[in-house]
Amino acid sequence: MSAQIFPRNANVIFMLSLIGLTLMSIGIIAALIGIYLSPWYTEVGDAKAQPIPFSHKHHVDELKIDCLYCHSTVEQAAHAGFPSTDTCMSCHSQIWTNSPLLEPARVSLQTGEPIVWNRIYDLPDFVFFNHSIHVAKGIGCASCHAGTDQQHLTAKAQALWMGWCLGCHRNPEEHIRPRDEIFNMAYNPLSLPLSERLALVAEYQIATDGRLTNCYACHR
Amino acid sequence: MSFPMSKSTIIRLAWLPLCLLLVACHTDMYDQPRYSANQPSDFFEDGRSMRPPPPNTVAMGTFDPNSAMFSGRLEGDLVAELPMELTAELLAHGQTRYNAFCAPCHGLTGAGNGVAAYRGGMQVPTLHDERLRTAPIGYYFDVITNGVNRMYSYAHRIPPEDRWAIAAYTRALQLSQYTVAEALHAEELAELP
Ligand code: HEC
Ligand code: HEC
Ligand code: HEC
Ligand code: HEC
Ligand code: HEC
Ligand code: HEC
Repeated sequence: MSAQIFPRNANVIFMLSLIGLTLMSIGIIAALIGIYLSPWYTEVGDAKAQPIPFSHKHHVDELKIDCLYCHSTVEQAAHAGFPSTDTCMSCHSQIWTNSPLLEPARVSLQTGEPIVWNRIYDLPDFVFFNHSIHVAKGIGCASCHAGTDQQHLTAKAQALWMGWCLGCHRNPEEHIRPRDEIFNMAYNPLSLPLSERLALVAEYQIATDGRLTNCYACHR
Repeated sequence: MSFPMSKSTIIRLAWLPLCLLLVACHTDMYDQPRYSANQPSDFFEDGRSMRPPPPNTVAMGTFDPNSAMFSGRLEGDLVAELPMELTAELLAHGQTRYNAFCAPCHGLTGAGNGVAAYRGGMQVPTLHDERLRTAPIGYYFDVITNGVNRMYSYAHRIPPEDRWAIAAYTRALQLSQYTVAEALHAEELAELP
């Protein structure tokens, strides 16, 4: 009779390692999903350093400057855009002219080289997005950039998941507001009763036939 | 395919889990080799990928020296009439534009006390003096388009139609601060203190 190849507990070890492997793969997948959802990956709440420590809290919340003054293309164009040096200097050529924080703006005005702001919200290149349609159809800045007016350094308020875009495209009545409240960061869309919000959806002729969740809307 | 699968089927399909590796490889489509708006570029000397138009060029249909609409002048003289119909919508639109672009300095009423003035200490003149009240409306269009002394031009941020809307609203502001009593209706006169 030949010698045993496997020890007595081979079956147990085999079972245990199978269970172990399964648990490990579940663990790894869970950890990957965790990382994918975590602020470390999505950069939500992550204030980035900027060439000039520009503060929306100062300029928007305290000085009450309208978003349009600096992001003037947001109503007509796909991009809200960043203010030109000229825009800052319309005020800062006369006030706070000696602030060392504003040195990059003064240099930029002289050399004509733009200030390079670090991007906070950045969609992948395969996604089509357009600000003007959202603004025209009663979606306010705060629905997507909540709290920007309270930040000293701008940070992301919202991970740009596809599911998040779709959530609103399915139920725009949860987020819609009258057009004259677009730039009001303190306005709460839910302060209107549902019936009035549905009336706004109809008035602004927002497509409810499923066109907005068609892949082609955003991946064209 | 029948279960349990035969050994050879399993071996033939064994490469399938390798596909999982592909799932993670996607960043090339996230940043495609093209410029998007506002992206920096190391190709151009000034570092921008959005090219500014060469000096003194204008887009088709946005400029005409002989049109009051685009220049605020007719035959060299500032126009005294609004080159479009004056409507309540135009004034309401002008108000939103004025509040966004002018009020930070000139104040909501045009008294020259906007935030840049009282928080920053900028010297901003009032829009309610005799000279400005009697200036032709084209003057306001001209100031927004070309700037004046310390005030910068707003031409690249405010399209011509909006400039006229602001000019019209400025007139309304002036009227709100300076109306002669004789111009009022009888009932309005009765409400005066
Ligand atoms: C005085 C000029 C000014 C005003 C007014 C202003 N912004 Fe900004 N905004 C900037 C500048 C400069 C940046 C770039 C630096 C940064 O990210 O903080 C910026 C960046 C942003 C960004 C991040 C863009 C990105 O992806 O990098 C958002 C979102 C934004 N602004 C929203 C708003 C909203 C909403 C308002 C009105 C409530 C507003 N801004 C008013 C100047 C302004
Ligand atoms: C409408 C006028 C206005 C515009 C436009 C404006 N600012 Fe300001 N800014 C101010 C005022 C007023 C203050 C001072 C606030 C206070 O009272 O502390 C200020 C303060 C600052 C400070 C702090 C200076 C210091 O030394 O503490 C920075 C930095 C700054 N602004 C950057 C910018 C940048 C960058 C832009 C262009 C995107 C810009 N500002 C556009 C009015 C303006
Ligand atoms: C429906 C959601 C949504 C609304 C509403 C919205 N934004 Fe955005 N915003 C985005 C997204 C998404 C991006 C990133 C765009 C990209 O990467 O191309 C962005 C980018 C920006 C940027 C960076 C520059 C640019 O244009 O890419 C600024 C500035 C900005 N938004 C300001 C505003 C302001 C001001 C408003 C209100 C008038 C506003 N946004 C309303 C979703 C929104
Ligand atoms: C808070 C609500 C909301 C969010 C969030 C939102 N959208 Fe929208 N979106 C709308 C509304 C409302 C419309 C206008 C629909 C219409 O005109 O019928 C719209 C229209 C669009 C359109 C034009 C569709 C067409 O062909 O007419 C595109 C493209 C789009 N959104 C992309 C996006 C992307 C990409 C995101 C996520 C980054 C996003 N949206 C997030 C509400 C939203
Ligand atoms: C409302 C806009 C919108 C619509 C409609 C939409 N998507 Fe997306 N999609 C996005 C955004 C935004 C992202 C980027 C998400 C991210 O950065 O993680 C995305 C990402 C994806 C990705 C992931 C790519 C990758 O490598 O991460 C796939 C695949 C995709 N979409 C397929 C679809 C399909 C299929 C449909 C139709 C059923 C669809 N999308 C409809 C906005 C949309
Ligand atoms: C950044 C601050 C600022 C903003 C914003 C601003 N102005 Fe001015 N404005 C000034 C200053 C400063 C002067 C005084 C210029 C001088 O004579 O040195 C002035 C002067 C004027 C004058 C009087 C010119 C004269 O003959 O005395 C008019 C009219 C005027 N502005 C209209 C406007 C309108 C309309 C807007 C909005 C589109 C606007 N301004 C936005 C700062 C500003």
